Amino acid sequence: MLKTLIEAFALISTWEVIIAMFAASVYGLVIGSLPGLSATMATALLVPVTFYLSPIAAIATIVAASSMAIFSGDIPGALLRIPGTPASAAYADEAYAMTRKGQAELALGAGVWFSAVGGIAGVLSLMILAPPLAEIALSFSTFEYFWLALLGLMCATLVARSSPVKAIAGMFLGLLVSCIGIENPGGVPRFTFGLTDLFGGIEPIPALVGVFAVAQVMRAMLTPEPPPLPRRKFGSIMAGQWMLTKKYHWQMTRGNIVGIIIGVLPGAGADMAAWVSYAMSKRFSKEPEKFGTGHVEGLVEAGASNNASIASGWVPSLLFGIPGDTIAAIAIGVLYMKGLNPGPTLFTEKASSMYAIYLMFIIANILMIPLGIAMIRIAAYILLAPRSAIMPIIMLCCAVGSFAIGNNMFGVVTVAAFGIIGYVMEANGYPVAAMVLGIVMGTMVEQAFVTSLIKSDGSILPFFERPVAAILAAMAIGALLWPVMVWVWRKVKPVRTGAAATSR
Amino acid sequence: MSKISRRTFAVSSAAVAASAAFGLTPALAQAYPARPVTVIVPWGAGGGTDATARIVAALLEKDLGQPFNVVNRTGGSGVVGHTAIATAQPDGYTIGMLTVEISMMHWQGLTELAPKSYTPLALMNEDPPGIQVSSSSPYKTVKDLADAIKAAPPGKFKASGTGQGGIWHLALVGWMQAMGLPANQVAWVPSNGAAPAMQDLAAGGLDLTTCSVPEARAIIEAGKARSLAIMAPARNPIFKDVPTLKEAMGIAYATGAWRGIGAPKNLPPELATKLTAALKKVYDSAEFKDFMSNRGFGTVWDDAGQFGSFMDKGDAQMGEAMKAAGLSKA
Repeated sequence: MLKTLIEAFALISTWEVIIAMFAASVYGLVIGSLPGLSATMATALLVPVTFYLSPIAAIATIVAASSMAIFSGDIPGALLRIPGTPASAAYADEAYAMTRKGQAELALGAGVWFSAVGGIAGVLSLMILAPPLAEIALSFSTFEYFWLALLGLMCATLVARSSPVKAIAGMFLGLLVSCIGIENPGGVPRFTFGLTDLFGGIEPIPALVGVFAVAQVMRAMLTPEPPPLPRRKFGSIMAGQWMLTKKYHWQMTRGNIVGIIIGVLPGAGADMAAWVSYAMSKRFSKEPEKFGTGHVEGLVEAGASNNASIASGWVPSLLFGIPGDTIAAIAIGVLYMKGLNPGPTLFTEKASSMYAIYLMFIIANILMIPLGIAMIRIAAYILLAPRSAIMPIIMLCCAVGSFAIGNNMFGVVTVAAFGIIGYVMEANGYPVAAMVLGIVMGTMVEQAFVTSLIKSDGSILPFFERPVAAILAAMAIGALLWPVMVWVWRKVKPVRTGAAATSR
Repeated sequence: MSKISRRTFAVSSAAVAASAAFGLTPALAQAYPARPVTVIVPWGAGGGTDATARIVAALLEKDLGQPFNVVNRTGGSGVVGHTAIATAQPDGYTIGMLTVEISMMHWQGLTELAPKSYTPLALMNEDPPGIQVSSSSPYKTVKDLADAIKAAPPGKFKASGTGQGGIWHLALVGWMQAMGLPANQVAWVPSNGAAPAMQDLAAGGLDLTTCSVPEARAIIEAGKARSLAIMAPARNPIFKDVPTLKEAMGIAYATGAWRGIGAPKNLPPELATKLTAALKKVYDSAEFKDFMSNRGFGTVWDDAGQFGSFMDKGDAQMGEAMKAAGLSKA
C-alpha cells in the first residue's frame, strides 16, 4: 500500500504531468466560465491532445479540466445568471440573487470552497469505498432508474420560485422536447419533420445555452441598463467560508453523500446530483422561505454535491467500463487508448496508476482553490463592464460553442431557437430551469419505463417488487402525495375549528 | 510563415488548375496530398470509432506527410456524418470512417445513403457479436442457453446490447433464424449501447446480451458476467476461451460491426489506389496492431475491391434480417 503510494507519487511528479495538469486546469476554468461552452466540450476537445501525452499525463488533463470546468460553470451563473453547465442551472437564480444583493464573493467563494470539499470527499469515497459503491451501481436495473428519474423530475416544482403549475408546465415542455429524434426505445423517428439533423434529438447543452444565455442577451436588449452595482473591490473570497462550513456542516455532509451516491449510478451524474441536493436543501431547510432570494444554504449543499459526484462517477467507469456521465465516457476512451483498460485488474495489476489517478483528483481539487480565486477576481470585472460590451461577447461564445458541439450549423440554429423559447417563457413567468430539467431527465424516464415494461411483459408489479425499487417508489409516491396531504390537512383544519366553535 | 503558406497554397491551386485543364495525370497522384486532409467520423470523440479513426489518421499523417485532421460530425445516429462524407468533393481531401450502420439505416428508411454512395478504400476492423449471460445465470454453455430458449415461449427470454434495430439486435435475430426460430423468440430490450446493457445484465434485469466481447470485457473481468460464444468464423486471440457458434453448436452464422475508410463517390482511381496503399501500410504497422489488440478490437484487411463486395454482401444480409425483425421499411 505505502509502496504503491510512493510509486504513484513518482508517476505524477514528472514535469510533463505537472505542466499538463496546470495547463488543463487553466483551460478547464476558462472554458467552463465562458457562457455557452460546457465541461463536456472542454473534455472532448482535449482528446486529440491526449494522443501526444504519456498515459498519466493524459488522464491528468481530463481529471483537472473536468473538475475545474464544473466549478467554473458557477461563475457566469452567479455573475450573469447564465449557468455554464446543466449542473449549475439548479442554483443559478439563487447565486445571481446573491450577486444583486452585493454578496457575489460569498456566493462564488461558497462555490469554490464547497466544490473543492465535495471533490475531495468524492475522491475519498473512490479510494475507500470503490468496491461497495460499485455494488450499488450494479443493483440498479431499469426499474430503479425509472423511480430515480421520476424523483429527479419532481425537483422541478421544489426548486422553482414561480407557481408550481407553471413549473410543471415548463417541465412538460422539456419532456416534449426530449421526445424528438430516434434515440427512443422504439428506434422510431419522432417530430423530426424529415430533417436529418433532428434524428439525434435535442441535446440538453444547446437547449441550456439558448434558454439562459441567448434569452438573457435578448432581455438585455429590451430592458434599460439595471442600476449598476456599487463600484467596489471584491472583498475576501474565502472569508466567511469557514463560518458557513460550521453553520451548514450537516447540509454539506448530506450534499456530499447524495452526490457520491448519485454520481456512482451510471447515467445520473452531476446534473441530477445538483438538482436533487438543491431541492433537498430547500425541503429540509429551517428557513425555506429565504430560498430564491439570495440565500447561501442551497448553494452549499448543491455545490458540495455536484463535485462529489464527479469523482464517484469514475467508480463504475474504472471498475466496469460503464460511464457515469458524458465526461466519464470520454475519459474511458482515453483510458483504453492509453492501455489502462477499465476493469478490476486496473486496481490490482496497475495499482500505482490507480493511486496516481486518486492523487491527481486530490491535487486538482486543492489547486481549484487558488486558481478559482484568481479566476473569480478576473471574472469580477464583468460586473464593472458596460452591458453593451458584454452581451455581444456572450453571443459570440454561444455561436462558437454551439457550432463546436457537432461541427455543424444545426447546433447554432438550436441555440437560437431555444433563445426565443426561453425569452417567451421567462416573460410569462415560466421557469426555464424546469424545462432544462425535463430535457435532461426525459430520455431517462422514457427509456427506463418502456424497457422495464418490455422486461416485465407489461406488468407493473416489478416496479415495486425489487427491494431498492420499492424504497425509491415509496419516496417518489410520498413526495408526490405530500403536497396533496398538506393541502387537504389545511382544508380540514379550519373546518374542524369551525365545527368546534358552533358546537360550543 | 504566412508567406510560405501562401506559396504552398499557390502551388496547390496551380495543381488543381492544371488537373482541371489536362485531366487527371499520374503527376497529380504523386503530388497528393498537397494540403491537409479531413477525416470525418460520424460518431463522438472518445468512443471506439473515434479512437480507431485517430490512430489511422496519425499514421497516415506520418506516411503521407500532410496533416490528417479528424472531425467528429455527430448526430442522427450516424446519418449526419455519413452524409457529410458522401456529399464532400471527391478530390481526396475529405475521407471518412464508414461504419456498419451505413448498411442498415437505408433499410429503415432513415436515409437514401447506402454502401454504393461511397468509394470504398479499405476495411480495417470487424468485431463479431458475443453471447453473454450474468455470472449467476444457470446456463454454462451456449447450447444450454439455446435449448432453454427453444423450450421457452416466445418473448420469455430478454436480451439487449444496443438500441432497437441496432447491429447487436440484428445479430440476435440472425442467430434465432439460423436455429430455425422466429425473430421474436427472444424479446429485445432497447438500451443506449453496450455499457448500460451489460450493467443491466449484471443487475439481473436481462437474460443475455449480444454485444461484442471487447465491449463486455470489463464486466466479464469483474466476474459479473461470462461470454458463452461469439458469432464469428474464428476465435478472438484475446479471448481464446470463448468458442465460436460453429464449434459450440454447429451453426455457421457469423456477422459483425465493422469500420472501414471510404471517400465520396467518383474519387479519381489514382488517388484511391494511393490511399488504399497508404492504409495497407497503416494496417501492417506495429502501432496499429498494438493499439487495436490492446482494446480487444479485431483487425481485418480488405482492399478497396474486397471492401466494396463485403459491404454489398453485408447490406443484403442486413436487409434480410431487418425484414424478418419487422424493422425494414424498404
